[in-house]
Amino acid sequence: MTTDVQCILRAHGITRTFPGVRALDNVQLQLRAGEVHALMGQNGAGKSTLIKVLTGACAADAGSIELEGNVVQPQSPLDAQRCGISTVYQEVNLCPNLSVAENIFAGRYPRHSWLKGAGINWKAVNEHAQQVLAKLDLNIDVTRQLSGYPVAIQQMVAIARAINISARVLILDEPTSSLDDHEVKQLFAVLSRLREQGMAILFVTHFLDQVYEISDRITVLRNGAFVGEYLTKEFNRSALIAAMVGREFVLNSEASKTQRNDTSDTTPVLEIRQLSRKGQVHPVDLQIRQGEIVGVAGLLGSGRTELARLIFGLDRADHGSVNIDGNHVALDSPADAVAHGLGLCPEERKTEGIVAELSVRENIILALQARNGLLPCLSLKQQQELAEKFVAMLGIKTASIETPIGQLSGGNQQKALLARWLAINPRLLILDEPTRGIDIAAKQELTNAIVDLARKGMAVLFISAEIDEVLRESDRILVMRDRRKAGELAGGCNEHAVYSLIAEHA
Amino acid sequence: MSSIMNDTTPSEMAASTKQWWRIDARFIPLVITISLFIVMATAGSVLYDGFFAPQVFLNLLIDNAFLCIVAVGMTFVILTGGIDLSVGSIVALTTMISASLVEHHGISPFITIPLVLVVGALFGLLHGVLIQRFRLQPFIVTLAGMFLARGLSYLISTESISIDHPVYLWFAQTRIPLGSASLSISAVIAIAVVLIGMWIAHATQFGRTVYAIGGDESSARLMGLPVNQTLIGVYVLSGFCSALAGVVMTFYMLSGYSLHAVGLELDAIAAVVIGGTLLRGGIGYVAGTFFGVLILGIIQTLIAFDGTLSSWWTRIMVGVLLLIFCLLQRFLEARRTAH
Amino acid sequence: MNMAQRDEDTLIKRLTTHQLFSPIAALLLLLVIGTAVIPHFLRITWFEGHLSGTLIDILNRAAPLMLVSIGMMLVIAARGLDISVGAIVAITGAVAAQIIGNNTSVTGTYPLIASIAGALGVAALCGLWNGLLVVKTGMQPIIATLILMVAGRGIAQLITGGQILTIYYPPYFYIGNGYLLGLPFALFIALLTAITLHVLLTRTALGLFIRAIGFNPVAAHVAGVRSRLITTCLYVFCGLTAGLAGLIISSNVKSADGNNAGQLMELDAILAVTLGGTTLNGGRFTVIGTVLGALIIQTLTSMIYSSGLPPQVNLAVKAVLVFAVMLLQSAEFRGTVRNVLFKPRTGTSS
Repeated sequence: MTTDVQCILRAHGITRTFPGVRALDNVQLQLRAGEVHALMGQNGAGKSTLIKVLTGACAADAGSIELEGNVVQPQSPLDAQRCGISTVYQEVNLCPNLSVAENIFAGRYPRHSWLKGAGINWKAVNEHAQQVLAKLDLNIDVTRQLSGYPVAIQQMVAIARAINISARVLILDEPTSSLDDHEVKQLFAVLSRLREQGMAILFVTHFLDQVYEISDRITVLRNGAFVGEYLTKEFNRSALIAAMVGREFVLNSEASKTQRNDTSDTTPVLEIRQLSRKGQVHPVDLQIRQGEIVGVAGLLGSGRTELARLIFGLDRADHGSVNIDGNHVALDSPADAVAHGLGLCPEERKTEGIVAELSVRENIILALQARNGLLPCLSLKQQQELAEKFVAMLGIKTASIETPIGQLSGGNQQKALLARWLAINPRLLILDEPTRGIDIAAKQELTNAIVDLARKGMAVLFISAEIDEVLRESDRILVMRDRRKAGELAGGCNEHAVYSLIAEHA
Repeated sequence: MSSIMNDTTPSEMAASTKQWWRIDARFIPLVITISLFIVMATAGSVLYDGFFAPQVFLNLLIDNAFLCIVAVGMTFVILTGGIDLSVGSIVALTTMISASLVEHHGISPFITIPLVLVVGALFGLLHGVLIQRFRLQPFIVTLAGMFLARGLSYLISTESISIDHPVYLWFAQTRIPLGSASLSISAVIAIAVVLIGMWIAHATQFGRTVYAIGGDESSARLMGLPVNQTLIGVYVLSGFCSALAGVVMTFYMLSGYSLHAVGLELDAIAAVVIGGTLLRGGIGYVAGTFFGVLILGIIQTLIAFDGTLSSWWTRIMVGVLLLIFCLLQRFLEARRTAH
Repeated sequence: MNMAQRDEDTLIKRLTTHQLFSPIAALLLLLVIGTAVIPHFLRITWFEGHLSGTLIDILNRAAPLMLVSIGMMLVIAARGLDISVGAIVAITGAVAAQIIGNNTSVTGTYPLIASIAGALGVAALCGLWNGLLVVKTGMQPIIATLILMVAGRGIAQLITGGQILTIYYPPYFYIGNGYLLGLPFALFIALLTAITLHVLLTRTALGLFIRAIGFNPVAAHVAGVRSRLITTCLYVFCGLTAGLAGLIISSNVKSADGNNAGQLMELDAILAVTLGGTTLNGGRFTVIGTVLGALIIQTLTSMIYSSGLPPQVNLAVKAVLVFAVMLLQSAEFRGTVRNVLFKPRTGTSS
């Protein structure tokens, strides 16, 4: 034991393998009493798997977790709670229809004596709840329905429930993603209080500002491996980003791309003006020209996906206009967007992209047929030819074009989705995280295909969490931060320029 | 770090959110239901002579006692987000078993009545296990249960069996005076069921778990609530209530008949919905269901007093009320998610 | 194992795992039992210019259920449900009878055309109502259609004035009692509808769209499928098939009964759809299977009626059928059975 403050939770050697992926490899984590500890890493770094292991949602293949010196092996989130590890998620895990007080005490109600009927003593429930919340400096009407309060308050109620089950360790998984600045401050006030009371807090977030505002220590993971543990005050932003990304920024590096499309004088394929939706995207302006790849960079929760959904008509915009080829259009549904030659490969491939039970062939021709309507119906022969063409062109590995697409690997599913949109020969293709969860070779093939298509005149809006990928492919980069446009950069700029826009103080 | 504390306290922030609407969202449908009942009662009293009499209102209870009991059980099922279509058939089966045992086999009512209650609960247990254990849709399971119960009652007899056992006659004819008016024993049982139902819903672990499941089943599990037992339990409770309603119906009709209570499940669901219970579960009150039953009853009474309206207007009005309440529910839900 | 044997094995496997295997097998089994138990079950004779016999009677009576089941199948395939079809049957019968008029002096073809057009128009409106309620308000389908189920019988009685309207107009009787080429005319209506639908599903993209919506409504929407429009149309189609069934039934009994026509029809239809191999989770459906499912139910009913068993057994038998089909579709149940059957055996062998 060092001179450190008391170490409450000590996890070491945590390893977890999923088929084909080593999600966690010999990872360690130490949480100390009275400290807020930030867990950082890019998508796929293993943060969520580590949290799942800590909360018992999935078991580790190797490694051990010690809680105050005792080895624990939580079998389920409920079990972890009983051990003293409570988790508060971004999606509040409470019952929205019950009162605040009941959410804190559900399952552990104070009872009336048998003489008074042994029912639940609601007066005691409400009084206790008031007391518990008072400890968090929260003085609200505990008899009101939980859903009547903003998410920030709901999260604090979840925290109250967690600490009331005498938790020693509190894990906050992306708690601030759906909070506004003011609410974040409220939450941090509560966290500060808990820290003073000696709670060990693990805080997972994508927002760098918040890390520096609240945390005492930072653990960084990268590609499932432990990178290091740092004291926040001794660890600056560039160092943190470098640790997450895995390389130093080379300042003023030369633009690597030589061949770029110069199309700045043509009418944009897509032009959006002040497009916005309350709570999702602040007004954004953007132009995309023929043959241009516009990258969208930004951290998770920066509004990347939301922007794509707005453009494609999946969500209705509150304000702003969309012009296609200079003409104003109303995109009220994806069907309208498809009719105007737009395509979208959504971020959630499994739930919003593929129709798992349908064959590769049917998935590929779905958008084209949807644009045609019921008639003319593509004949089976046409469908097969089309499917075979794209399977060959994109190198989709499948037993046959009649295989249900759900049986393909993630990369091949993604390629098939790309094929679905290429089949309509789109003017603009929006790709939301097209390379996520795909192995490197497939990733390369996919990005090559995208660049090829752009050179042939298709406009592409390319959204990715991997900044280097965005840099490599894009002619122009839109940087998003906190649900608004942080700036636009010319293609070939260096990573540092992007990161400095992302990391910039609000 | 203390600088962020003196901005606004969380409580101030909470206080600033939508205080213009004083009633908690949970109570809006209930308030509307009770107001609707009062409006209808007032309208009837103004329009028709003799409507505003204690006995008219007590008759609402006497004539709808079985519906009231069934609807209480249904409330719990719907609160979990399920549905029970078998209730009407179980009522019919109960009347048939009762009539057959008492009249044809000479078995004492004091054995018969507990026995049929157990049969009803077992039916509910079958539904509950199939729904919870095998993850089948409540709709289709209880639909099959509906066929089965009705089929079994046909197997006992296709004819109506009238009951003239003295115990049943006593239950049927005894009136408990209440001032100038009076109540039947069945109505008293119905009131008792409502009160017990309210207590279960409000003050027991089972009742609260029912609400929690309706709110968010996975959260309820994560909170360590006994979700599985409760899911089965609501169907057992509904089966038991249906059997009890069947017993009350034998007091009311003094007969067992396979065609008793045809379509009762629809009336029960309508009463629950009009009573302000959300069909997605989680929100609603047994007291609301009680008023829902009274509203269904008062529609019939109004139509009877009017004399010019035909009986089918009841169904149309129930349909219209269902529509209004469903739309209201959707509106309230949309408001909540928009919040 | 030699090659021929292996081929045989895969052939048997392909046969038994085919979507239509269970419904066909069930229907054949029923026919065998029927032949064994009921005298002259298979006998078909020529009688008064048309075919006659138990089987013909089954086909005639099954026609309305086939129609309703086909409509129901489409709605279920797109993750919906329509429990108001029984009420729509009652309403259309009432509308047709009302248009024809309750007297003996009606003649000519005009009343026939008017009554059919009027009844089907109202049926389509009912379906449109259901569809809009589901699509526009986002209500659960069972609830949205419950409203029409409750109010519909009231409306039907409102139209008939609470009476059972008797129809005295012979041309109308042809729909439910007439014969064409020796076979019941109602059967042609049902088959024509089934074939039309089959053509629509295979010759246009409708089948693909419905399957996409049923399997993954979100993905279908993102791919540009106009899922709301299609879903609404499916409810309208379901209303229309219920309307056709209402015409056949009212013509068959030469009267319109607002209270009892089409009673429990929604449940029979759901049962027929499930028996035919369509899953209640959406996406997977078969027209032929549904037609077979309706035939199974009607064969069963007819057999029970003519076998001397009390006709009321019918409901209990149907209940057992539903329980069996449901459990077979449940992955959890199959898992449990596997555990019970195979766990002890592996335990003793190892």
